[in-house]
Amino acid sequence: MTDDLIWDVKKDRVLRELKKGKRLDGREKKEEREIEITPNYIDRAEGSAMVKLGDTRVVAGVKIGTGTPYPDSPEEGTLMTSIELSPVSSPGFETGPPREKTVELSRVIDRGIRESEMVDMEELCIEPGEKVYNVFIDIFPLDHDGNLIDASAIAAVNALKNTKLPVYDKEEEKLNREEHAGPLPTQDTPVAKTFSKLGDEVVLDPQIDEEKAQDARLTIYVNKKDNVCASQKGGTGAFKREEINKLIEEAVEKAPETRKKIEENS
Amino acid sequence: MAKKTKKLMKKGKRLDGRKPDEIRPIKIKAGYTKRADGSAYLEWGGNKVAASVHGPRTCYPQHERSPYKARIKYKYKLAPFSVDERTHPAPSRRDKEISKVSAEALEEVVFTQYFPETTIDIYTTILQAAAGTRVAALSAASVALADAGIPMKDLVTACAAGKIEGKVVLDLDQDEDQMGQADLPIAYIPHSDEITLMQMDGDLTTEEYKEALDLAVDGCMQVYEEQKNALKDKYKHLEEDNTGKNTEEDKK
Repeated sequence: MTDDLIWDVKKDRVLRELKKGKRLDGREKKEEREIEITPNYIDRAEGSAMVKLGDTRVVAGVKIGTGTPYPDSPEEGTLMTSIELSPVSSPGFETGPPREKTVELSRVIDRGIRESEMVDMEELCIEPGEKVYNVFIDIFPLDHDGNLIDASAIAAVNALKNTKLPVYDKEEEKLNREEHAGPLPTQDTPVAKTFSKLGDEVVLDPQIDEEKAQDARLTIYVNKKDNVCASQKGGTGAFKREEINKLIEEAVEKAPETRKKIEENS
Repeated sequence: MAKKTKKLMKKGKRLDGRKPDEIRPIKIKAGYTKRADGSAYLEWGGNKVAASVHGPRTCYPQHERSPYKARIKYKYKLAPFSVDERTHPAPSRRDKEISKVSAEALEEVVFTQYFPETTIDIYTTILQAAAGTRVAALSAASVALADAGIPMKDLVTACAAGKIEGKVVLDLDQDEDQMGQADLPIAYIPHSDEITLMQMDGDLTTEEYKEALDLAVDGCMQVYEEQKNALKDKYKHLEEDNTGKNTEEDKK
C-alpha cells in the first residue's frame, strides 16, 4: 500500500516532466538505455546470457532435454519460455505459482521467438514421432528497473544463439552433456521493442517509474526481414490506430541496431 | 505459424465463399443466464460462447480491493470438449494470458470509479471453438456487461484480421487460422476510435499490419451492430407491452 502511494506521487512527477519533453533520467522520448550483453554467463546451462538494459538486469539460461513430440507436429522439437518474477529483483514481486502478469510476460517473449521461426524446430527431431529435443528457456530478472520484456527478449535470443546441443546417446537413451552435436540451429534474431503510453506521450524502453505510471504498453517484435512477427498491447489504457502505425515504424527502424548487438555478442 | 498447406482462396473468394473483408455469420443473445446479473450467448462461425457477469459485488480476496475503483476480473476458458484434443479443465497459460489482456481491454470503457471496494466478475466459456475465440468471448462479455446495467462509455467490440496466401483478410476461420501466415485480434471502442486489445503473431510487413488493423476495425464495426441489436432485442417486448398498455389507457 505504501508502495502504491509512492508510485502515485512519482507518477505526477513523471507526467509533469514528460509534458515539458523530459524524462526523469534525461533520455529523449525514443531513446533506449544502453544494452550490455554477457554471453555464456552460466557454465552449466547449454546456452545463457546476462543482459543489462540500463539498471535492469536479466539472466536467461537454456537447458536442453528430450521427450516425445506433440501429436500435431511429430517431426519437430519443442520450445518453452518461462520467466520467474522473484522478489530478488523487486519488492513488488511475490513468491508462489505464476500469476497472469508472469504468464503474459513469458508468452509475449515466447511468441516473438516462435513466430520468427528463430529455432529450426525440424532440426530438433531425433526419431520422428518418438524422440525430439526440448528447448527450455528460463528467464530470471535480477534487478527490475523497467522494461523486462525487451531485456528478457535480448537475453533469451542471445542465449539461444550460444546454445550447444548435447549428443543424444541412442543406446543409453539419454543426453550426453559432455559431447556436443553442434550449435542449436537458429535462422533469425527477433528483437522486441516496448513502448509505454503515459497520457498523450509515448516513450520507448520505459524505466520503472515510467512503467508504473503508464496507461498502456505496446510491444512490437521485429524479425530479420524487418517485418512484425508478434505484438502485444498491455495495460488498461488504449491506443489510437495512428499511434500504433507510427510505433511499428519506429520499432522496425530501431530493431536492426539491437539485432547487430545480439549477434556480435553471441 | 503452422506449415500444413491447402488452397485457401479460389477466384478471390475464400473456401466458405466469403469475400476477404467479410466476417462469418454472427448471432448474439443478451440475457442468456437467469442467475447472472448480466449475460450473453454468442455464435460466430463455428464458435459458441457463453458469458456471464456478476457484480459489482464485494471484492475478495480483500487485498485486491481498491478504495478508488471496482476491479475488473475476466476469465477466459476453453471448455474441455470445445476442441479436438480435450483440454485440461485447469486454466492453461494461454487462458491466463487471454484473461489478463481481455480484462484490460474492457476496463477503459467501464466507469469503475462508481463502485469502489467491489469487483465486476466476468466469466466467459468457449463451448465450441473455431478460431477467433478470444474476440468472440470479448464481444459477448461486453454485451453481458451492458446487460448487467454496468455504466459504460461504449461497448467494446472485438474482431481479428489475418493473412492467408499473402493476402490480408478479415476474421479467419479454423482452416485459415491453422494454415494462415498471421493473426491480429483486436478490441475496439467505436465512439473514441481506440484500440484496447491487440495481439499479433505471424509475419506482416508494416504496410500489411496497417491494412490488417484497418480491416479488423471494419470487422469490429460489423460486430458492434450485432451487439447493439442483441441488447435492443432483449427489451423489444417491453416496448411493445408499454405501447399496448398506453393505448388501452388512452382509450379510457
